[in-house]
Amino acid sequence: MRPLSVVVRTGCDIFAWFLVIFGASIIIHGDVTPGGGFQGGAVVATFISLLLVAYGGKKVLSWVRLNIFNSLLVFGLMLFFLLGIMGFPNSFFYNFLAIPHEVVQASGHGVIPPSGTIALMDIAVGIEVAGGLSLIVLSMFRGIRIFREGPMEEELGHDR
Amino acid sequence: MNWNEHLPALILIIPLFGAFIAPVCSLGGKTARNILLVAISFLTLIVAFMLWRHVLANGISYYVMGGDKFNLSLPSGMALPVRIILEVDAFSAFMALCGAIVSFAGALFSVNYMNRFTGMGRFVSLYCLLTAGMIGMMVTGDIFNFFIFIEISSIASFGLIAFWRDKPTAIEASFKYALISQVGSMFILIAAGALYGRYNMLNMAAIGSVLKMGSMEKLVLVFLVGSLAMKCGTFPMHMWLPDAYAEAPTGVTCLLVAVSQASLYGLMRVCFSIYGATMGSSFIPWMLIVFGLASMFFGVSMAVVQHEIKRLMGYHSVSQVGYMLLGLGVGLLVLDDARAMADYGFTAIKGGVFHIFNYTMYKALLFLTAGAIYYATGKKDLNEMGGLARRMPYTTFMFVIAAAAISGLPPFNGFVSKLLIYESSFAVHPFLAVVALVTSVLTLASFVKVFQTAFLGPEKSSLAKVQEVPAAMLIGMVVLTAAILGASLFPSWTLSTLVEPAARALVDQSGYIGAILGGGM
Repeated sequence: MRPLSVVVRTGCDIFAWFLVIFGASIIIHGDVTPGGGFQGGAVVATFISLLLVAYGGKKVLSWVRLNIFNSLLVFGLMLFFLLGIMGFPNSFFYNFLAIPHEVVQASGHGVIPPSGTIALMDIAVGIEVAGGLSLIVLSMFRGIRIFREGPMEEELGHDR
Repeated sequence: MNWNEHLPALILIIPLFGAFIAPVCSLGGKTARNILLVAISFLTLIVAFMLWRHVLANGISYYVMGGDKFNLSLPSGMALPVRIILEVDAFSAFMALCGAIVSFAGALFSVNYMNRFTGMGRFVSLYCLLTAGMIGMMVTGDIFNFFIFIEISSIASFGLIAFWRDKPTAIEASFKYALISQVGSMFILIAAGALYGRYNMLNMAAIGSVLKMGSMEKLVLVFLVGSLAMKCGTFPMHMWLPDAYAEAPTGVTCLLVAVSQASLYGLMRVCFSIYGATMGSSFIPWMLIVFGLASMFFGVSMAVVQHEIKRLMGYHSVSQVGYMLLGLGVGLLVLDDARAMADYGFTAIKGGVFHIFNYTMYKALLFLTAGAIYYATGKKDLNEMGGLARRMPYTTFMFVIAAAAISGLPPFNGFVSKLLIYESSFAVHPFLAVVALVTSVLTLASFVKVFQTAFLGPEKSSLAKVQEVPAAMLIGMVVLTAAILGASLFPSWTLSTLVEPAARALVDQSGYIGAILGGGM
């Protein structure tokens, strides 16, 4: 895939970062607005696909390190898992941070009801999906290149 | 806190944890990754065993995910259960135990078998995810969750079947499976949506308590039975199965056998626990029986002519699933007739349930021996093999046991379950038993062929350097052999402890409903 024209690349330079911010906003407000971890994470991951389209694969693959996305993925998954485990004396996934409705009303604070672990789980899922979908986009791109330019790395082990 | 209460959640948490931690663990090198794979599947097996013991001792165990307490199924006076609820009765626990044994054997086998290949971090991740999805299907008490777990296990198996991505046949098998299984899953989703639209709930027990047969319910039943029968590989919808089983890495094939049984579990759960006696017509039971007969006969007749060893066994899977459908279909046929139930119906269900255990064990073992042959010789075609018995004595021994068990030779466990199915289906119509008997004979014929061509006969010069497979692969096979021999040597103990509680739980619809809804309805 070759880079597109300078107009597209400049447009990408300007707007690509806003996608990340928009995605982060969807993730962080996941518990009170439509959307949430998965949706926000998917928006964040469009950052990579926009770069791929605008700058072409060769450049983008030399910029990114797949291990970073991998660690985002694992970090998100582990955070989610840990939040589930922390509800344990009651039950798996128990919302141990939630504040009962009466307490919130009596305290007079907060227009938005606090949602406890749900917000944190949204953030965990957001991180995981952002990493995972970026990884998927890059892997699919590498898959196209395997067919077009021959194998990039040797598969070990078995006979064809 | 009492861990016994949390066992239904733990059995899902452990393989999920394995799937999530595998990419990190594979940074620590081969040994760390292999230890993780074996340890996770072993822990799952331990928990499955404890869960089974717990359920046998204390009755149906259920678990409310995210509830204030693990057993608060109806919070603050609600009439309907709202949260995600796992419900484990003796049948679910029995299935989870079978699945966990097979998963452990496949993991042990994969340690050596997959050693040569790259991308093992992902393999371990997907393997654990497939285990989690399979066990999730068996322990869930919620029809939408059942769909979720079916998707988890399908997606993990697409990846695992196409694990050797530079083999066009593997990609084809995976793509075929993906296409067919996605269509099936969508039918399940539509069925779940229809039930939700009609009754405003998704909990299987709660739906079962209020279900009345109407045209919508009939449609839902057809969707569920059709798609789940497809997922467990019954005859007209079996075409993905031999391909997928033959092309997947062998440790995975072994687990896929158990995954197809999870779909069969779902089918039985729908027929017995959601619909049960309200089904009101004998159409679906007869449909299951006809599916069963067709799978048995056509599966085995396609298997006899195969000469690629794993593909042959794949067609035998189609035929063996027929036995369970026959047994359980006969049981379902007489579900609301107490006299016939006591007379032969319950025997049929026992036979079907026992056959699930037997089939899972010996078919997994057969696939593992086929994988061991491939590992040692690099050949898949029976025509290129010969005289392996001298080179691979342990594999030969275990193959003989598994082949004798699948053919239903008398001392082995396959004989016991098949006998139960013969004598009960004979009471419905002699023709059913005749087809089952003929199938058994043809199974024996085709395994005699495999045994004779692969293991006996003159030694081929191209196989002169063949050695017995490494210890971990042998131990993986020994686990399954031990299970087969145990069930063969102590058939009455196995029937009374393992099979009968499961069969009793399957027919006890009011018990399944009452556990969640407090027995009031």
